[in-house]
Amino acid sequence: MKSHVIVFPGSNCDRDVAVAIKNISSHQPQMIWHKETSINQSDLIVVPGGFSYGDYLRCGAMASTSPIMQDVVKKAREGVPVLGICNGFQILIESGLLDGALMRNSSLSFICRDILIKPKNQSSVFTKKTQVAKMPIAHNEGNFFVNSEQLKKIQDNDQIAFQYCDENGNVSEHSNPNGSLENIAGILNENKNVLGMMPHPERASELAHGCEDGKTIFESILN
Amino acid sequence: MTNHNWQFQTEQSLVENHGLKLDEFEKIVEGLGREPNLTELGIFSAMWNEHCSYKSSKFWLKKLPTSGKRVVQGPGENAGVIDIDDGDVAVFKMESHNHPSFLEPYQGAATGVGGILRDVFTMGARPVANLNALRFGEPNHPKTKHLLSGVVSGIGGYGNCIGVPTVGGEVNFHPSYNGNILVNAMTVGIAKKDKIFYSAAAGIGNPVVYVGSKTGRDGIHGATMASAEFDEDSEDKKPTVQVGDPFTEKLLLEACLELMKEEAIIAIQDMGAAGLTSSSIEMASKGDVGLKIDLSKVPMRAQNMSAYELMLSESQERMLMVLDPSKEEMARDIFKKWDLEFEVIGEVTDTKRLILMMNGKEEASIPINILVEDAPEYQREYIVEEPSPIKEYKSEDFDQNNILKDLNAMIMHPDLSSRKWIWEQYDHMVMADTVVRPGSDAAVVRVHGTNKGLAISTDCSPVYCKHNPYEGGKHAVVETWRNIIASGALPIAITDCMNFGNPEKPAIMGQFVECIRGMGDACSKLNYPVVSGNVSLYNETNGEGIYPTPAIGGVGLIKDLSNVKTLSLKEDGNFLCVVGKTANHLGNSKYISIIQSKEEGGTPEINLDTELRNGNFVMDAINHKLIASAHDVGEGGILVAISEMCMSGNLGILIENESVFPHGYFFAEDQSRYLLEVSPNNYDECQKLANNNDVHFEKIGIVGGDKISIKNIGDQQVSALKLSFEMGIEQISH
Repeated sequence: MKSHVIVFPGSNCDRDVAVAIKNISSHQPQMIWHKETSINQSDLIVVPGGFSYGDYLRCGAMASTSPIMQDVVKKAREGVPVLGICNGFQILIESGLLDGALMRNSSLSFICRDILIKPKNQSSVFTKKTQVAKMPIAHNEGNFFVNSEQLKKIQDNDQIAFQYCDENGNVSEHSNPNGSLENIAGILNENKNVLGMMPHPERASELAHGCEDGKTIFESILN
Repeated sequence: MTNHNWQFQTEQSLVENHGLKLDEFEKIVEGLGREPNLTELGIFSAMWNEHCSYKSSKFWLKKLPTSGKRVVQGPGENAGVIDIDDGDVAVFKMESHNHPSFLEPYQGAATGVGGILRDVFTMGARPVANLNALRFGEPNHPKTKHLLSGVVSGIGGYGNCIGVPTVGGEVNFHPSYNGNILVNAMTVGIAKKDKIFYSAAAGIGNPVVYVGSKTGRDGIHGATMASAEFDEDSEDKKPTVQVGDPFTEKLLLEACLELMKEEAIIAIQDMGAAGLTSSSIEMASKGDVGLKIDLSKVPMRAQNMSAYELMLSESQERMLMVLDPSKEEMARDIFKKWDLEFEVIGEVTDTKRLILMMNGKEEASIPINILVEDAPEYQREYIVEEPSPIKEYKSEDFDQNNILKDLNAMIMHPDLSSRKWIWEQYDHMVMADTVVRPGSDAAVVRVHGTNKGLAISTDCSPVYCKHNPYEGGKHAVVETWRNIIASGALPIAITDCMNFGNPEKPAIMGQFVECIRGMGDACSKLNYPVVSGNVSLYNETNGEGIYPTPAIGGVGLIKDLSNVKTLSLKEDGNFLCVVGKTANHLGNSKYISIIQSKEEGGTPEINLDTELRNGNFVMDAINHKLIASAHDVGEGGILVAISEMCMSGNLGILIENESVFPHGYFFAEDQSRYLLEVSPNNYDECQKLANNNDVHFEKIGIVGGDKISIKNIGDQQVSALKLSFEMGIEQISH
């Protein structure tokens, strides 16, 4: 089991996700500095959360042009599982690996709190083990949007990974924290080997976090 | 003011505009043996203002207890350091950014956070938690909404981006802050005891290195501005507010910590207030050496900057270091990797002078000791005013049928309501070590990779301080102590942030003196020393001072995280018990201020012996695993505290206590009290432990259901109460 975590200037969840992967898989992920140009054989590449390049220009835009991203895109197209969390999701969209856009939260403010999500796609390598799960979000720009054509495409192709929901798994406006279209919290690429999600599973992966629901996402990839 | 005997070449108005008194200027001339040039005048102005020199407060601050078994570094360095076992230390400090935040709330608050973070990582610690203590004017004051939302997004904007969780804090609202809000920011970091970095320059000939951002014209004379009162024209001072860049600070943090793993840094000092001036002089003074700096080598953001501007700029995200010359290239590579400026701008000398060169010309030459040791120090005149009298309230004056209605109104008030609207804008979980999130008594942050944690709390009750500065000073210290104990930790030490009005007014100076006396007594009794701090004076607008506000940040150690307690009620059938006696002290309680709209009745007094006994008892009971949840009884009294426990745990309670004076019992703010949830199985043992330690301990109710029911009075749905509770602060922001 070999995993890699990309580190950009301004990444700040790189260590957290590495710790979660280590705890769950007992393998230490390798940290890859963004100026490097290639990644060795990998079973999972994580693009972590944070504020790469200070979110300047547009969240994820500058990081998507970092040297390492060419190889991340290449590996993704070859089928290597790639997981983008929060700012990582923004970067994967900016890299063209995922559809849509992440706009400013509808509240126009940063939101950090626990939310609930449930998988819509139930067969992908990332989502197959997860039920209704609690984990935190922490972002300013997580309001997912795609045009109606693309929406139909990702729906028809079962690319909606997670939706915000309530305790009973109901997807409603009330359970939508940031205004995302169709309560979308995470989406997959066409081949289902790339996942971008706004919630932070690594912050709900041990007892000290008060909740371990995020573990299943890593477990389904790592085992 | 014109002095007809002015005998100097330098214009008198120039001296006054630099915030220097005329006799202070005479002292400069005497020290230099000549009149200073403009650059030198600017340097003296920056070093001798209140903010940097502590000239009014030093004499009194020295009276605070600063030593203890776990104190590794007390006041005088960038931050205080305490031992938290296993070779680990916690490094922390709180600092004010009041004046800039009033002028430009987002940037003022953001750079306040940036500054205190640098103070902590300068010492070699990785910051692990940010907290704050905020005071705004009345909730309905026209400026409050703008200031509150600006400050909150500024704190979040900086902390969220750099990736340090903002885990707690306190906020209150009072008219005395209508024209002068307070923004106090605290950072806690963790380091290894044998890897702490200090600021004393050493090694004649060693390179002085500038790292971080380029220097621009922002923030020139910020510290001088922060040492003056406000008036109608203060808005014009906006350009003196610095602009923060948390992204660069994140790079600076990582680059510094990377370099600190090597044996390369001899001394390091962040450029905070008064920028290059205070950092270079601090390093030279601590090391008893001189520095020669070539200002033309300073990386500049603007063109044609003068020596004066370079020395007084408060551009953010910069550091000054003295390096081992053999490690210079290695250090340069690290900063290059992080895309940061790295420039050798000078060297350590044996002249004991600060010599500044620019384009080959000498711009300043000042003996360091004149700037530091000979800085003015005042024993200001002070008057200690009589504390407000304590009022006895009588049961007949209250209608007990209103108790639940009053409770509802109180917890909706911005002073007591949920702070969720605020903390949801802060990333309080990044680093994945937040064990107790905001909203409990103290935040708890795990020491990464271990099973121990730090409990941290900030507190102060300015109304208590105003009406009795001595008791108020005690209270601010003791409140953090209680919060830390209720979280399951051993309180270790505090940092203080002393926010007061104009010290040249004897009544204000009297408040300062009395608050310090109260704090000192509490710290001594509780073995809870002061390890770092900051003073912010001249918090006045149009001659009106703020209430005395000695904000305290306390830090405690939890050796085993399984002992962490929160205030959430846990289980049906458990008993809720109160520790400490209730004596109906309603004076200046939240009940009197919110329900009766009055400020009267005196400050509750604290018996420090009782405080120590009760606190030790709670610590013992928690360590013996007898307690399910714990909460200190603070502002609002017992019923507000019970409600908080119910709302947090989504559980109800049946309160059996029958008092002859229900309002007094439920809303009094008598001190040294806690609420403990105890399972029936543990109750007898708890009672015994209390009796053995001469601690007042009584059962007041049984946990269960979804209502707060008070025998003979009525009941209230917890869920309905929660709706009111969560509305309070949000009302202001809409």
